[in-house]
Amino acid sequence: MKDVRDALMVAYTSDGKTVRRPLSPHLQIYAPQITSILSIMNRVTGIALSVGTLLLVWWLVAAASGPGAFAAVQGFVASPVGLFVLFGWTTSLLFHFFNGIRHLAWDAGFGFDLPQTYTSGWAVVIATAVSTVLVWAVGLWLL
Amino acid sequence: MRESISINVRRSQLGRARGVGAGHSGVGHWRSERITSIALVPLTLWFIYAMLHLVGAPQPAVAAWVSNPINATLLLVLIFVTFQHMHLGFQVICEDYVSNKWQMTLMILGAKAVSLVLGLLASVAVLKLALT
Repeated sequence: MKDVRDALMVAYTSDGKTVRRPLSPHLQIYAPQITSILSIMNRVTGIALSVGTLLLVWWLVAAASGPGAFAAVQGFVASPVGLFVLFGWTTSLLFHFFNGIRHLAWDAGFGFDLPQTYTSGWAVVIATAVSTVLVWAVGLWLL
Repeated sequence: MRESISINVRRSQLGRARGVGAGHSGVGHWRSERITSIALVPLTLWFIYAMLHLVGAPQPAVAAWVSNPINATLLLVLIFVTFQHMHLGFQVICEDYVSNKWQMTLMILGAKAVSLVLGLLASVAVLKLALT
């Protein structure tokens, strides 16, 4: 045993013999791929949206509290930080929305081929970008 | 003679598998996560439409909008399903990345508690606007 990490590479064959099995390569070994990036982005946007629910709750509670409290939320959302948060929130929501539909398609057994996975991945990226711009264009136009 | 060896186990295969290893209670969780995500597809579209409708609206306009029973009901459904989906998703992330069992359990329970409180808070706000 040259490397202490070898101590973790112990496994048993079905007839009970101990064998040395390799560890799977760690995260930094892999080149980034659209599949892995979108996979982790689904979780990242999920966490972002969880934090973002605070804004929704604040908005609803302020609306129920009265015009003064509501003006405070509107002031925050209209500030540079607020606009940035809301833009990130919109992007996260739309990404999680489209990638969630992609996941539901997989759960139903569709789109498992590698080329299809790549196509659907890029479709999610494009749909997120286009719909985010569209929602903000409509929002700013209505304002 | 390997073939002649047999063991009589007087338990069903399901009974033997239940509660063992990673097979604690996966199916219910998995199913709830999918059902809530399916429900969130139309709800999210409605929510984006509603937010665009209310963009820049002052408090009285928002209050009037929520006091419409259809809007209030859809908001309550959205809140319930969103926070349900949120703690289910967070649970999977904790189970995957937090190796300490105590820490993992505390984080999952904490997230469930926060989801419950935030969901109730949002619901009470909607009900207050809807019923006054």
